[in-house]
Amino acid sequence: MTARPNSWRAGPDASGHFGAYGGRFVAETLMPLVLELEKAYEAAKKDPAFHAELDGLLRHFVGRPSPLYFAERLTSRFTGAKIYLKREDLNHTGAHKINNCLGQILLARRMGKTRIIAETGAGQHGVATATVAARFGLPCVIYMGEVDIERQKPNVFRMRLLGAEVRPVSSGSCTLKDAMNEALRDWVANVHDTFYIIGSAAGPHPYPAMVRDFQTVIGEETRSQMLEAEGRLPDLVTACVGGGSNAIGMFHPFLDDADVEIHGVEAAGEGVDTAHHAATLSKGAPGVLHGARSYLLQTADGQVNEAHSISAGLDYPGVGPEHAWLKDQGRVKYFSATDRDALEAFTLLSKLEGIIPALESAHALAHVARVAPQMGKDRIIAVCLSGRGDKDVFTAAAALGETI
Amino acid sequence: MSRIAARFAELRRANRAAFVPFITAGDPDSATSFAVLEKLAAAGADLIELGVPFSDPMADGPAIQASSLRALKSGMTLAKVLELVRRFRERDSHTPLVLMGYYNPIHAYGTARFAKDAAQAGVDGLITVDLPPEEDDVLRAPAAGHGLDVIRLVTPTTGEKRLERILSGASGFLYYVSVAGITGTKQAAAADVEAAVGRLKARTDLPIAVGFGIRTPEEAARIARFADAAVVGTAIVRKMGENMANRHAEIVDSAVNFCESLAKSVHAARK
Repeated sequence: MTARPNSWRAGPDASGHFGAYGGRFVAETLMPLVLELEKAYEAAKKDPAFHAELDGLLRHFVGRPSPLYFAERLTSRFTGAKIYLKREDLNHTGAHKINNCLGQILLARRMGKTRIIAETGAGQHGVATATVAARFGLPCVIYMGEVDIERQKPNVFRMRLLGAEVRPVSSGSCTLKDAMNEALRDWVANVHDTFYIIGSAAGPHPYPAMVRDFQTVIGEETRSQMLEAEGRLPDLVTACVGGGSNAIGMFHPFLDDADVEIHGVEAAGEGVDTAHHAATLSKGAPGVLHGARSYLLQTADGQVNEAHSISAGLDYPGVGPEHAWLKDQGRVKYFSATDRDALEAFTLLSKLEGIIPALESAHALAHVARVAPQMGKDRIIAVCLSGRGDKDVFTAAAALGETI
Repeated sequence: MSRIAARFAELRRANRAAFVPFITAGDPDSATSFAVLEKLAAAGADLIELGVPFSDPMADGPAIQASSLRALKSGMTLAKVLELVRRFRERDSHTPLVLMGYYNPIHAYGTARFAKDAAQAGVDGLITVDLPPEEDDVLRAPAAGHGLDVIRLVTPTTGEKRLERILSGASGFLYYVSVAGITGTKQAAAADVEAAVGRLKARTDLPIAVGFGIRTPEEAARIARFADAAVVGTAIVRKMGENMANRHAEIVDSAVNFCESLAKSVHAARK
């Protein structure tokens, strides 16, 4: 057992590691750029003008702060803990992804980069990237797996409408991991002018830390909004985990609050004991993919397995390295919810609260449905509602046996 | 002296560059790739790069991606790659052989155990694309313990300060990636490559191999005039890929014949 660190929020170390995880496992061609990016980010972090510009955009362009909403009817349905929803679904573009994209495009501008690339799974990060690229007038290429293009058509149209070029990726499993491979290949070939906006708290250092920092606004707002509403911190904070960007942003400001329990919820697909799931932390093993050492769904021979989830945004066989470290340290506990659990929560929140959640976020709600009834009425849960579900209506309808 | 050092010393004496073919182990199946591997030295290969297939080859273009997929579909694993090398070594104890691939299969195998087994099988060096100097300590220590060279890469984006870091700890030879990009998609101007190789030679006595983007015997010869080795991967793998519908023997012949013409051209380059 390793000694408990003084703060859970101090990582990563100077070489970009969270304990045994993280790092910079990239081709040599990218290394100078990754090091330059780290330097530029460190400088931006210390620059009040950078923060002022970002804060202004978050307020006036994104609509922050997002509300912390007391879900009264959901709470009475479960007859347990009080449930608060952090409404990232109300952000401009409909999900938390925009928080990070704004931060990164401001950094791209500081670095003099003139072309933006990104990968996307559900399309939420692609839409957010296309949005900020439009806002700042930079050309933008989004890599998206063919399978995801099929199940997220509305988002594909949105990206094109915003002026981005959506490049279909037909290698491997044609989903998020393959889109990320393709984006990395583009980056290697265009290092001189291209900025890669990674949407997950994954990738080589400094991305996991940088994406986390840009998403930490979620947890910071939740913390102060909760103090205002209840005069105390929540007993449980929870969020869904694919790559883990909304979760790390939600969790981070609570890591040093010993009394706050923290649960991440992965996608169990058809079940964690089947071959069709995306529960990387629950069922994977440490490995190296996309620039970082973290947990990975892989074969005994170290080949990366295809993930499966009804939600395209959680359909990723890796996970951000800080989550891997937090799991090993025991500070955050990770659970999973199946496609079926998520669909049930998706329907329930729509009917009870008039809020259609993203299928990704519905996994966190499914976990809440399990734990809230076990908790006393004086207890409080804060759950990150990372995105809205409009993009998922076709997938959900098909899964629920309806034709639209 | 290691097989790699001995081979480059030999070549220096003869004033010619090495021809280094790359094939993916297990492409399209174990038997076919072994048949090619066995014939490469006779076809003129001075050193062989054997690709270890990986599901997510982020630095590779479509041709090598496809070859990796074919190999994985046929059931190739890192353990089976070592078995191929073992069989290769039964008949060839001179030609240096380097494994090229990504870190995760090695990580899953167990880095220390892998270094030991690879050395025992007859591997001479390792090129691990996603292990830059910042991360390659995990591999360099056990590799050195078993006499394996960890070959580092230099690219057009490598600056002076970084070159210093790469050189301290490099062994075997230096691999100059001649284009900023993935395998088999772009080509560099020969003059640019020559200038870069000259810059490297001023800083190190390690042999300089040039790869990424050499497609024809003529291009290989141009590089072989000033570099210590010309690596050809994509073009060979693509040739094999084009013959996939044909019989096993034709796939083998297509690769071997092409390698013969590449080798001839490389070996005559300085005459």
